[in-house]
Amino acid sequence: MENKEMGISEDSENTKPVLSEGETAETASAETVPAEAVSAEAETSAETEDLSERVKILSPARLVLKRFFRSKLSVIGLVTLLVLYLVCFIGPLFSDMSYDTVDLNGGENTQSTTITYTVDGEDYTMYDITYTASINRNAYPSAQHWLGTDENGRDVLIRVLYGGQISLTIGIVVVVLETIVGVILGGLAGYFGKWVDQIIMRIVDIFYCIPQMPILLICSAILQANEVNGIARIYWLCLVLVFFGWSGTARLVRGQILSLREQEFMLAERSMGVPARRKIFLHLIPNVLPLLIVQMTLGLGGIILTESTLSYLGLGVPIPYATWGNIIQALRDFNTLQYHFHIWGPPGICIMLAVLSFNFVGDGLRDAFDPKMKK
Amino acid sequence: MKEQVQEELQEQAQEQAQAEVKGEEAPAAPKKENPFVVGAKKLFQAGIPRASLFDYESAPPTEEELKENILIVNHLKKYFPVETNLIGQPIRYLKAVDDVSLRIPYGKTLGVVGESGCGKTTLGRTLLGLYDKTAGEVYFDGKDITKYGDRQMNTIRKDMQVIFQDPYSSLSPRFTVGGIIGEGVAVHKIVPHKEIKDYVVNLMERCGLQPQYYERYPYEFSGGQRQRICIARALAVKPKFVVCDEPVSALDVSIQAQILNLLRELQKEMQLAYMFISHDLSVVQHVSDDVGVMYLGSMVECGSTERIFNNPMHPYTKSLLSAVPVPDPRSKRERIILQGSIPSPANPPSGCRFHTRCPECMEICKTQTPVYREYEAGHSCACHLYPQE
Amino acid sequence: MFKYIVKRILISIIVIFGVTFITYALFRLMPDSYVYTKFAAQSATNPNWQEQAARVEHLYGLDLDVFAGYFHWLGSALQGDFGYSFIDGASVTEKIKDSLPISFIMSLIVTVLQIGIALPLGIKAAVNQYGPTDYITTVFTMLGISLPSFFFSGIVIKVFAVDLGWFDASLGLQSSNFIGSGWDLFWNQAWHLVLPIFVSTVLSLGGLMRYTRTNMLEVLNADYIRTARAKGVKRRSIIYKHAFKNTAIPLVTMFSGILAGLFCGSMIIEQIFGIQGIGYQSYVATTQGDIPFVMAYNTFIAVLTVLGIFLSDILYAIVDPRVKLGN
Repeated sequence: MENKEMGISEDSENTKPVLSEGETAETASAETVPAEAVSAEAETSAETEDLSERVKILSPARLVLKRFFRSKLSVIGLVTLLVLYLVCFIGPLFSDMSYDTVDLNGGENTQSTTITYTVDGEDYTMYDITYTASINRNAYPSAQHWLGTDENGRDVLIRVLYGGQISLTIGIVVVVLETIVGVILGGLAGYFGKWVDQIIMRIVDIFYCIPQMPILLICSAILQANEVNGIARIYWLCLVLVFFGWSGTARLVRGQILSLREQEFMLAERSMGVPARRKIFLHLIPNVLPLLIVQMTLGLGGIILTESTLSYLGLGVPIPYATWGNIIQALRDFNTLQYHFHIWGPPGICIMLAVLSFNFVGDGLRDAFDPKMKK
Repeated sequence: MKEQVQEELQEQAQEQAQAEVKGEEAPAAPKKENPFVVGAKKLFQAGIPRASLFDYESAPPTEEELKENILIVNHLKKYFPVETNLIGQPIRYLKAVDDVSLRIPYGKTLGVVGESGCGKTTLGRTLLGLYDKTAGEVYFDGKDITKYGDRQMNTIRKDMQVIFQDPYSSLSPRFTVGGIIGEGVAVHKIVPHKEIKDYVVNLMERCGLQPQYYERYPYEFSGGQRQRICIARALAVKPKFVVCDEPVSALDVSIQAQILNLLRELQKEMQLAYMFISHDLSVVQHVSDDVGVMYLGSMVECGSTERIFNNPMHPYTKSLLSAVPVPDPRSKRERIILQGSIPSPANPPSGCRFHTRCPECMEICKTQTPVYREYEAGHSCACHLYPQE
Repeated sequence: MFKYIVKRILISIIVIFGVTFITYALFRLMPDSYVYTKFAAQSATNPNWQEQAARVEHLYGLDLDVFAGYFHWLGSALQGDFGYSFIDGASVTEKIKDSLPISFIMSLIVTVLQIGIALPLGIKAAVNQYGPTDYITTVFTMLGISLPSFFFSGIVIKVFAVDLGWFDASLGLQSSNFIGSGWDLFWNQAWHLVLPIFVSTVLSLGGLMRYTRTNMLEVLNADYIRTARAKGVKRRSIIYKHAFKNTAIPLVTMFSGILAGLFCGSMIIEQIFGIQGIGYQSYVATTQGDIPFVMAYNTFIAVLTVLGIFLSDILYAIVDPRVKLGN
């Protein structure tokens, strides 16, 4: 036991000892009170009060944070995410370029046409020469374009940053909406049971068995065919992702509520005559929340992947808007694939970093919430 | 609830397996039907009509009885549907509590004993309205609460409390001790809002918990301390009646005595009535004024503690008593050892439910259910050994 | 148990109806019909194209409303008639039969590799929890889950096919100028499958490995393992005899995913590597509004998924003596 604080939090990992382990629990909790405390308890109340100030009591939320920050990978993930968000949302402010700004300084381009014709036995040659300021396509990284330009002469770095804004925002919006729908439907099913449960769970079953990628492709194709373009397409994309993604959360919430309802402390609440609203908001939801947070964090990574895949296929966020997925689309061109890693590499690495970090953070949170797993 | 049903079903399956191993299966099994056909037939079987559950006659208790007793229970039944047909009507029930009648006078303790799985816990929870009862009447504190809905129940909840068996799962892990104990106080406005903390601290001291635990969380406590928290929570709303559902069985012996004594002191102080559920006869003898013995969901014998322990009538009670250890190495008692284990309440034996294990089983026991009737003042029993009419 | 099976079968049927109906209804949301577009393209040579298009639409119930059209499709599908592809007029069942084997072979190899690599890694990681082995395997397998398939494919093609030149950069199932048969053809094709199989395997390792690790940890922390340790059972024996057997039980649930995974192919990877498996076909069909093919494909996958879940539940009950179905 390194210090008092640690002592208490360590013990919490035995939160639910098995009944037969009554003795172990006894000794374990005896350890939680530091040596001085044991002696102090017997003495006057003034001293015990003093002691209670010295022994720091950790609320469950603080314990979770403590455990979370103990895991290196999770902290690395969290920092990476913060950096990604900050850079994507603040970075573009320092540049006068936008995601669709085309660099026209590709040097002068001379185009000449020669027309030769014969009049009266003499050959005349006409030169038609046009000078155009051409687009700076597929430029390699330089001081002006840190990551070069893409095939349309747009700055890759700026597009990656703007793409990050869209990809990361879509992720959060979709996850939040999914969770709201999932909590409401799963909660209804779990709380009311019977036929409400039956109907909702059958719908969940159906959505669970729908092949995800084909169905998303169909939806995207429909959006495309209906000429939903621009920003509206992004909104619709979010809705489609939510529509086909809520079932997992609903299932999770329902399962949790069912198992919580069987817990004796919920029966105790009932026998106490606690009103339903208080039961739901003070007892059920706080107990489901940890799992939901974990599910949301892990889900964020998945949604970013799905969105980028759709965008890669040209069925997600439409051009000229940038997302990480549709920037990578460039690799479909063999020349770009071969010589211009600076175009499709960075967004790919960003996706990977974001998803990886969300996974690390999610894992860390799960371990922190569920002390059983850590020993 | 489901877990219980499942446990009981599993027990049943195990027994069947055991019986098969021993070759004890009484009637040679008729030729096996295709299990799919059996399953399909069950889907279309007619459900058990609801009316059949109310096949009892009962007179409402007299004014006098209502004044004397805080709790009167008549013909209480709690059946869990085990199998349902296609449209969800039950075709087979697990009779966890089957036709139990009892009464508890103000300020007294009724002990309920029986083997595990006999429906003691379900009985306690059903009469508190934590489970919806299947049939039966409950009178509490002079009121007929048989038909009370959830909302009406909430108005009388503070008068009837429960202490659960498992001090680990019955405390919400995200609340401080003060929050847990004070919740009921706040909900039922037992004391003005400002005084809640003082009131709770006071009560905690009364229950042997130090005041500085107020801001702590349950995970920091041992089983005994947690059980004290549970007791404080139940008593915080100033109840008149508390169901103690095996409150000490998860604790070790030294703590058991402390908790039992605490419960007794509090009873004297607050004029509480207890229903004390336990499988431990010596504990029940220690705390109870009356004792009820349950077997397979029904009450087989009930009477004053003294009578039950000195002059038991039912063979089951006798066998239970013979198993209580006596602190005298020279005493030689005849031990009545029951054969087999408790049958499943999903598939109870016909006639007297105890006949499969009864050392004094007669022919009539196998076919006819004995009547539960009062033989001496305050001593009832259900057994064919005694006159039925 | 048997009642449970009957109930599950009924639910499965409802689920399959639900999935097919949603897919069908979505298709009908498309504003213009692929049939008309296709026939319109022939308008120059085919004067009565409109009439013919209408006939085809009628044949497939596309002139009916969504519900009637769905039941029209259902009626033929129940008789095993999934119709003909709108794209090339080939029978849908034939098309699936033709494109399935290559996808199946790939998935099978991937699955075998996945299990062969992820299980031992997961066990290793769990046994050395928080050791260097654990961190390294965790980070690498998590990288696998986090990589977008198209991006990873791009990198692999660039590095191994273009820069190093080990593989044919023109992709496809066999070299474009390849003439030959027998073993030559086999080796040529096998060589072309190496990269896509490599990519799929790396992407799929993470999930199984994490799952194994978590379950193994749970078992390793159980009391009976501590008892075995206290008895002085050998470390190897504890890990492989006591712990792994119990870890294998939850792994059975993975079966449900694997069954559908074996047959559905991979849209993205097949498309990038130019392998015309069932995933590739369904990608093309989906984007082009080929209703008969996509309906058949989605039904096929849904049936396999439902079957997978069903089988894994039953398998679970068989493997784990504690599980009782029906409650």
